[in-house]
Amino acid sequence: MNRVIEIKEIVTRFGTRTIHDGVNLHINENEIYGILGESGSGKSVLMKEMIMLLEPSAGEIHVLGKSLKGISFKDAQSLRCDWGVLFQFGALFSSLTVAENIEVQLKEYTNISPMMRGNLVRSKLALVGLDPHVGALYPSELSGGMVKRAALARALAMEPKLLFLDEPTSGLDPIGARNFDALIVELRNLLGITVVMITHDLDSIFSIVDRMAVLADKHVVAEGSIENVLQSQHPFVEEFFMNEYTKERFKDKIKDV
Amino acid sequence: MNTQFLSYNKQLHHLNLYAKGEWTLDTVPEIEVILKDVPCDKKIVWDFSGVSDFDSAGILLFVEYYKRFQEKVDVLLEGYSKNQKEMYNLLKKNKQESITPVKKGILENLGKNTLEVYKDIIDFITFLGHLFVAIFQVTLNPKNIRFKEMVYHIQQSGFNALIIIGLTAFLVGMVIAYQGSVQLAKFGADIFIVDTVAISITRELGPMITAIVIAGRSGSAYTAELGAMKITEEIAAMRTMGFDPYYFLVIPRVYALMIALPLLIFFADIVGIFGGMVAAKMQLGISFIQFTDRLYEVLEVKHYILGMIKGPMFAFLIASIGCFRGFQVSNNTESIGLHTTASVVNSIFLVIAFDALFSVIFTEMDL
Repeated sequence: MNRVIEIKEIVTRFGTRTIHDGVNLHINENEIYGILGESGSGKSVLMKEMIMLLEPSAGEIHVLGKSLKGISFKDAQSLRCDWGVLFQFGALFSSLTVAENIEVQLKEYTNISPMMRGNLVRSKLALVGLDPHVGALYPSELSGGMVKRAALARALAMEPKLLFLDEPTSGLDPIGARNFDALIVELRNLLGITVVMITHDLDSIFSIVDRMAVLADKHVVAEGSIENVLQSQHPFVEEFFMNEYTKERFKDKIKDV
Repeated sequence: MNTQFLSYNKQLHHLNLYAKGEWTLDTVPEIEVILKDVPCDKKIVWDFSGVSDFDSAGILLFVEYYKRFQEKVDVLLEGYSKNQKEMYNLLKKNKQESITPVKKGILENLGKNTLEVYKDIIDFITFLGHLFVAIFQVTLNPKNIRFKEMVYHIQQSGFNALIIIGLTAFLVGMVIAYQGSVQLAKFGADIFIVDTVAISITRELGPMITAIVIAGRSGSAYTAELGAMKITEEIAAMRTMGFDPYYFLVIPRVYALMIALPLLIFFADIVGIFGGMVAAKMQLGISFIQFTDRLYEVLEVKHYILGMIKGPMFAFLIASIGCFRGFQVSNNTESIGLHTTASVVNSIFLVIAFDALFSVIFTEMDL
């Protein structure tokens, strides 16, 4: 299977504080990959390193076959058009309407006619389950769930091969969260994209994530499918998955292991 | 003594202590006053059967004094309810060492602040480096300039500032003419008021007043805008989409201000001189025609040009500091306020410092 992302021996230090001390993982094509870990374990930092917002102190990251270390400006720009990023709080440009947010990259990087651009915007809105009239609204006029959907539509604008999601279901009501999960699976199946998501949401982890990495103590303490991860003896994994609540809630899935 | 909540009577070998009524947050201060005066020279028998209501404050008060009494004498507890005992057990666990706020010494603070200033300077130089690279690239490739954003900022920082700049310049012109006329009238040199007003406004005051108003108005706005974008991760989102924030946010603002500020200075010059004209007429009876005639004679073009040259320079300082401070905002709301303040203070100071520098240079060059 094709490896879309490969992370080797990542070390991250902020001043004297070490966040990662030799993190290794790989993400295969067309899978939904979860990054788990307690707060402060460097999940977001790791994702920021994958999308070139931060540089690791040591180690190598390959994304879509390109090494991020010393990457040329041109390669970096082409990578940035090949992925979509959904930030935890959407990060929609507040001075632009939703439609302008979605088409901003199309306008910048392609020669698509305004008419086609409008069609594309409407189709992305429909894809994430938003009415076309939402396109005319400003981000401040949207509810939390709509912001996430609009931000996802923006992330999908350039037909990315790779989608990064930072806690996509946090802050959504349970029904909205499950719908969002279903949407992610649908997108993966329809468009054949690879999804990398930071998540704490047990439902997402048990239902849609194919493989995952658990970050704790500056390392990946467990990696692979849920069955593999559940076999880990690490205290964080035990606490996260083997507490009374989780055991009861997902008993049929945990029992299989 | 208020015996509503606590009373005691001395026996031969021990002291009877009766707790009564409500032991709650509201009554704790009163009870504590009484507890402080309880003599503890004999064994204490403490009876709680009279307590009708209690909360954690009441129990904590008991925990505290129970401990104090125990240090001196034997204490026997009586008549407590099951709930009280459970709450006592719960709260007893929390009694650990007191929460001591982290105190920093003067030297530590001084060192920290000094390092911070040093770091700020290094960061600003790095920022300028990035900015110059971006400006260089944009100059090679002018179609990368965001004209739409630039025009928007020219309107925001330039056109919309006309009223406040006009008002300020008019008042400053008037004040100079008023103050000057008093002195000049003593020598009968009334007409020289034109020289005073025209040269000081065009050379120094016009540019400086305009720059200071714009630093307060637009410099702060730039910092707050960029800072808010940083907090909402809009800047990070731009980066992941391949939009360099220097191209999209910094250069349009810097260029817009560099275009707008000289125009504003030109406007401030005119209004300022007009203010002087009005004051000269009121105070010294110099008519507008006399004033303009004299103006033609004394106001050389070089004074006006020297004032205008400073415009783009001041604009660059204000806009780049505004954007730099905006990028520095960290992930909390307080930080926006701090950095906006820093942005305005820094740019006003630098405007004045550079004005002084220009003044010396121009004078040395005999201009």
